[in-house]
Amino acid sequence: MTETITRKRTMMGADSRPSLPKYIKLRHDPGRGRWVILAPERVFNPDDTAVAVLKLCDGTRTVADIAASLAAEYSAPVDEISADITAMLQDLSDKGVVTA
Amino acid sequence: MNEITPIKPTQSGPTCTAPMSGPVSQAEDGQALCARAPVGMLCELTHRCPLQCPYCSNPLELERVNTELTTEQWQDVMRQAGELGVLQIHLSGGEPTARKDLEDIVKTASESGLYINLITAGVTLTRERMGKLAEAGLDHVQLSIQDIEPENADRIAAYKGGMAKKREVVKWVKELGLALTINAPIHRQNINSVPAMIDFAVEVGAGRIEVAHVQYYAWALLNRASLMPTKEAFMKAARQVEEAREKFKGVIVIDAVVPDYYAKFPKPCMGGWARGIVNITPSGRVLPCHAAESITHLAFDNIKDKKLADIWLYGDAFQKYRGTEWMKEPCRSCPRKEIDFGGCRCQAFALTGDATNTDPACSLSPLHAQWAKVAEEESHSAPPAFVYRRVGGAKTVPAPETEPSGV
Repeated sequence: MTETITRKRTMMGADSRPSLPKYIKLRHDPGRGRWVILAPERVFNPDDTAVAVLKLCDGTRTVADIAASLAAEYSAPVDEISADITAMLQDLSDKGVVTA
Repeated sequence: MNEITPIKPTQSGPTCTAPMSGPVSQAEDGQALCARAPVGMLCELTHRCPLQCPYCSNPLELERVNTELTTEQWQDVMRQAGELGVLQIHLSGGEPTARKDLEDIVKTASESGLYINLITAGVTLTRERMGKLAEAGLDHVQLSIQDIEPENADRIAAYKGGMAKKREVVKWVKELGLALTINAPIHRQNINSVPAMIDFAVEVGAGRIEVAHVQYYAWALLNRASLMPTKEAFMKAARQVEEAREKFKGVIVIDAVVPDYYAKFPKPCMGGWARGIVNITPSGRVLPCHAAESITHLAFDNIKDKKLADIWLYGDAFQKYRGTEWMKEPCRSCPRKEIDFGGCRCQAFALTGDATNTDPACSLSPLHAQWAKVAEEESHSAPPAFVYRRVGGAKTVPAPETEPSGV
């Protein structure tokens, strides 16, 4: 079938525009006082940095935009942030949490 | 990033895994999330089902339709779950779509902030109904397949034409933008199809597949001699899963549930008794796991009489084997006691008569060798005919006998 051929691993790069599919829910869990990502048969606990990144994953911003935005906000080197969030988004993409 | 995974109704755990660290996310204590409230709630909405799979996880004594909770009672359960801090619910059965009020229950669950997973065989769904469920707030559809080969699938489920219908259902799920998991229960009569079933899941656009070896409780225990694969077949399938994981990295998530008869250590059943999962039966009995009623001396509360929070925190059956205090040796002094929690209480009870014994799946159990031998012998003998899952079905057929002749 064609889909077998067309389905490929998404590789995150500076120009990727990541977003969360509608069936992935980033929510604050008030009872436990933390953020959670609800996904099929999975619950992830993102830390503050991951939450900051994921909130910017709107399908419009590129990874480079997100890195620049966070670098400005946290006064951190953009290259370092860019490498970190690209790796994180690649991991989440491989787990089906983020698409691009 | 910590990951609580997978929250399965298949008694396969782990519910809470060790924290994982990443370049951005920091490792934290993964246990805290489970402590105050269940993370997942399995709702067996009905025991009615058009399929008759011989490995069904429902109890041998199926609950009748006239004992099922009402729409309002299930809706109240959803509201209570949301308030308590349950994050995900799994609507199961039997076949949950047999309930005509499924949309109403889904809608209330969605309004209560719950992540909603529908566990279905799909054979009675229509495009219109699927649309209504999506509109009501359904997030994820977990569709079972019995085999890739249609005739064998029909034989296993005792249902004609299931596979063709499932191919329609997966299209609707994708069109509606819902998450899709293919759930493939594996046993000796379909284990050769593992690669083909993974290919099917990739082909239909699933984000995830569960290659779920049958767990031997209830109907599956009754049918164990017909279902148990040989160790060689299991090892081959395990290699195929590893190869597929490499081949389809980033394309599909492959979760594998192993048959514990061939394991060295037991599974952390339900991620630990009463630790992260709660199960509600069609009539409202609240259980720490869906097989818990097989431990005959336990008494269970009903959601019609008590609040979910009360039952979860203080119910006798929940307190009984929660944590590690109840353990005997070799569990009590075992360094793995908070990794696998002594395995499965139901299996310990069924095979040793004492639920506080070590699960015979554990190599430290005195019964382990004898237990593994059963799998070895049964898997190499000719499989007896299935005892199909149907009301009264378990009573009409004698227990399967192991035939000495090899296959």
